[in-house]
Amino acid sequence: MRFYEYESREIVKRAGIPVTKYGFARTAEEARDIAEDIGGPVVIKSQVLTGGRMKAGGVKFADTPPEASGYAEEILQLEINGHMPRGVLVDPKAEVKQEYYAGVVWDGIRKKPVMLFSDMGGIDIEEVDREHPERVGRGHLSNLTEAPEFRAKEVVAQTGVTARQLTRATPILARLARLFSDYDMTLAEINPLGELEDGSFVALDAHMEMENEARPRQAQLLAELGVGDTETREAREATPFEIKGEQVDAMDHRGVAGNVTEFDGNLGLVIGAGGGSLTLFDAVRKYGGKPANYCEIGGNPSVAKAAGLAKLVLSKPGVDKIAVMMSIVSNTRVDIVARGVVKACLELGFDPAEKIAIFRIPGAWEDEGFKILEKYGVEYCDRSVSMHEAARRAVEKIQGVAA
Amino acid sequence: VSILINEETTFIVQGITGREAVNLTRECLDYGSGAKVVGGVTPGRKGRDVHGVPVFDTVEQAVADHGAPVDGSVVTVPPAFTKDAVFEALEHGVKLIVIVTERIPRRDVAQMVELANEKDARIIGPNCLGVIVPDVIKMGGIGGPAKDAAKAYSPGPVGVMSRSGGMTTEISSTLTAAGLGQSTAVSIGGDAIIGSTYTELMPLFEADEQSQAIVIYTEPGGRMEADLARWVTENNSRLPIVAFMAGKFMDEMPGMSFGHAGTIVEGKADTASEKIARLQEAGITVAEEIAEIPDLVKDRIGSGVTS
Repeated sequence: MRFYEYESREIVKRAGIPVTKYGFARTAEEARDIAEDIGGPVVIKSQVLTGGRMKAGGVKFADTPPEASGYAEEILQLEINGHMPRGVLVDPKAEVKQEYYAGVVWDGIRKKPVMLFSDMGGIDIEEVDREHPERVGRGHLSNLTEAPEFRAKEVVAQTGVTARQLTRATPILARLARLFSDYDMTLAEINPLGELEDGSFVALDAHMEMENEARPRQAQLLAELGVGDTETREAREATPFEIKGEQVDAMDHRGVAGNVTEFDGNLGLVIGAGGGSLTLFDAVRKYGGKPANYCEIGGNPSVAKAAGLAKLVLSKPGVDKIAVMMSIVSNTRVDIVARGVVKACLELGFDPAEKIAIFRIPGAWEDEGFKILEKYGVEYCDRSVSMHEAARRAVEKIQGVAA
Repeated sequence: VSILINEETTFIVQGITGREAVNLTRECLDYGSGAKVVGGVTPGRKGRDVHGVPVFDTVEQAVADHGAPVDGSVVTVPPAFTKDAVFEALEHGVKLIVIVTERIPRRDVAQMVELANEKDARIIGPNCLGVIVPDVIKMGGIGGPAKDAAKAYSPGPVGVMSRSGGMTTEISSTLTAAGLGQSTAVSIGGDAIIGSTYTELMPLFEADEQSQAIVIYTEPGGRMEADLARWVTENNSRLPIVAFMAGKFMDEMPGMSFGHAGTIVEGKADTASEKIARLQEAGITVAEEIAEIPDLVKDRIGSGVTS
């Protein structure tokens, strides 16, 4: 889960890392008040969960409070990559002598957090690493003991930074490492970390991402930052169709029938489980099919839940047929899913044989499931028909419809 | 003959009185020559039994009751309690831990793995279905009830590793139907950080005479496939590898994760297309469809390896 810049800066501040005297504003008036309080030239920055703000005109420099108010007004209306800003950050324009980078990320292969530091800040660290690897310091951290400060010092020193700069930057990187682990972050970055004319170091921008799985135990921090439980902070906001999918999944606690993502095709998908859904979605596209949605079923959902998901997909505008497909199931009962999807068709007044392009779920209770499908004339297959072949047949049927 | 487990392996089930764990215990007892499930642990439930397996409050009690070191543990406790359960098992000498639980924060997983390394133990998972040696033993819910598992899995020369539990069975069933059995199939887990990656299991398959080829199921997200490609290149492995990559559509949807927590793409190297390129550069065959896998394996076994 990604944090806005103003939240990230607040997190950094709590960890004892110096920040500028910034303020967050939801209106132009608030922006002017903050600018007045700062009393000098300011930067107005759009608060959106996407990159490329500068290019899109989401960052402006103002010399006076009225100017700040005017720019804030503009930026608050400006959509960037499909995101409307939540507000603006008003930041004093700092006199920066040198920009650095400080970050902590996971190394999934070593299975440890890794600290990164560079004296080339303000640009993408991956780019620095490619072009000037000698300017990037790095050091892994133990998961079982608290990060010692000397480890941060070593990382800073690797870049050749020494003297007062080394002693100032070290505690900042060490604190960043501590907050990374205390708050279950998957990414904690200060970029740029600015060295000001007076020699002090200050975080000029921050980017934090928290692991979704850790949200329950980070409830206190999230509440203090004002992050609501229902804010998913996904790359794009959930559509009404996707929200209905969540409601279907929440109907009862038996199994999963949800994780719905909307696409604009004509073939509705009722597919599962995790890896099976990924495989089947690709398979449909490989044969030229246009999926109307992604979803996941598994873990033995109730008939009502399977029916709820199928109804949702069948009711989506533009959907001509659905394909019901899974990899071999062992704890999900084939007959329950069969009952659910047939029920969905009947309740919507559709002929199951017409609407269900294919049913390919082999495994537990398949004979009972196939009996139901047989009765309604639905085309089904067992494990002797591969997942890709089933997807191909579904696409073939729906293209017959379109033609 | 197999990796990780064999017919002598003893294990306990932590969280044994949960609904899923009760089923899993039954399945393991019934499959193959019958797993030696020597005890279960659920705090506060000491004195009960689950399908004849005695339940204890602590791992220490379970080990004492068995009267000898216990080889493994299947952990099925809720995410907030998993770390403590795994630490408890490690403390009492358990060397192979299969973590079924999903939605465990990465920091906890990393801590468990680091402690396991210090104790010379191994973790499989989390968010996995476990390990199966066809017709011999299964440890975890992999393949489901004994009769279903028997239908999908058969003994033979192919080692299987998969980031998806369900696809472990789909792939093995496809191999079985084509007359290719499996030496051991491992559901390695769908999270961003897991106890045993492809690379970490390869030396075990390499040392197993029965294994003559490897099939892996892979997904976008993380560097595990790139790391395998590196390992294969550096180690001159005797085992040909056939890979299948799911989730190609995700390349067009940066920042979103589908299917498993581990599929979140955090850099360019994590995408499906990039991974396929790395695997192929390392001489790994990448199948377009699951159904092609058996023939690709036969080609590769025929073209080089004898044992």
